[in-house]
Amino acid sequence: MNATSSIAPVAPRFRLGDRVKVRWADVPGHIRTPWYIRGQTGVIERLCGAYANPEELAYARSGLPAQPLYRVRFTQAQVWPDYGGSPADTIDVEIYQHWLESA
Amino acid sequence: MHEHDTRNHHHGHPHPGTRPDADDTLTHYQVMEIAVRELLIEKGVLSADAVRREVEKMDARSPAQGARVVARSWIDPVFKSKLLALGNDALVDLGLERGPYKLVVVENMADVHNVVVCTLCSCYPRWLLGLPPDWYKSRNYRSRTVREPRAVLREFGLDLPDDITVRVHDSTADMRYLVLPARPTGTEGWSEDQLSSIVTRDCMIGVAVPKANR
Amino acid sequence: MRSHHDMGGLPAGRIEPTEHDYALWEKRVDALMVLLSAAGRMTVDELRKNIESIGPDAYDSLTYYERWIHSISQTLIQRGVITIDELGRKMAQVEVRHKKGRE
Repeated sequence: MNATSSIAPVAPRFRLGDRVKVRWADVPGHIRTPWYIRGQTGVIERLCGAYANPEELAYARSGLPAQPLYRVRFTQAQVWPDYGGSPADTIDVEIYQHWLESA
Repeated sequence: MHEHDTRNHHHGHPHPGTRPDADDTLTHYQVMEIAVRELLIEKGVLSADAVRREVEKMDARSPAQGARVVARSWIDPVFKSKLLALGNDALVDLGLERGPYKLVVVENMADVHNVVVCTLCSCYPRWLLGLPPDWYKSRNYRSRTVREPRAVLREFGLDLPDDITVRVHDSTADMRYLVLPARPTGTEGWSEDQLSSIVTRDCMIGVAVPKANR
Repeated sequence: MRSHHDMGGLPAGRIEPTEHDYALWEKRVDALMVLLSAAGRMTVDELRKNIESIGPDAYDSLTYYERWIHSISQTLIQRGVITIDELGRKMAQVEVRHKKGRE
């Protein structure tokens, strides 16, 4: 569980329903944005809250200020070129704000 | 490691069996575990008692807890709304642990089926369901569920038509997920205990649906 | 480059619905992790980071809790809670004790 602190969390930039693109980056380190979703465009499904950055926590650093975390919904048929299911099928992924841009 | 076909093996009951440690040889990693634990106890970082208590707590957790949450949701719409809106707060109402992570409950409907995976490791609502099964942590489940969920579900015996939307949830960060399955027909008038007995762990991960098979 | 653990979307085989009753030593590894993180001595992020960087061969060949205890050891060394020297010597002691116990 992430610690509370007197350092204010980063303000949320996105709201429910906003279209967002997952930033593309190929970098070493502990990253919770899965490879398969980088570069993809989706829609904010909810704001989960603000949490200390796991990329920093992984190295015993504080991870503060806390980053807004969102659940972003993607259409499977857009994520996978050969997707075999229904065009309505979705995948929801939790993504930290610093990996998201407006789309 | 013993293997068995779990597709028809319902886990609505606690499964606290522990394989005893091998009597003759210790593996390199078993030796490491003993060594690390003893060093930490010597250094006063933790106590043998604390380790024992934690193992007991672990043993007391099982999918039966999650099944109670589901059964209560089926009969109590106020509880269900609270569960869907606030997650952890509703657990406390049932006398369950609130848990160390925020719980997101995803509801199955007539035309929506949810399934949960953690592609990056094995994130799972352990405080509610106990320890996850090996297959949930396996390469094959973690790789394929995001990309071909319908094929994965078919392997588990769940063949969904295209007019049911499949929603996959990749548990990548600080949320933990519970699938709230739909109450099956044929359970009208059942007690809460009867209802929870048909809610298996696999239903709450999303690779199965409950069946009124009584 | 995609990390070895970051496997979402990769082709893979049939899912064997295996389960096993956890061995006591495995439960103790799990308990260690819970206690160490509750005591603020390590985070789940460090656990994950050290599992992810174990190398592809070890990642695939070690069992789940073998990866955990390796990672816990590594994290404690990184944090200065134990030294490599202490760990090696204690492991040797454990092995000798265990052999004697079987004689």
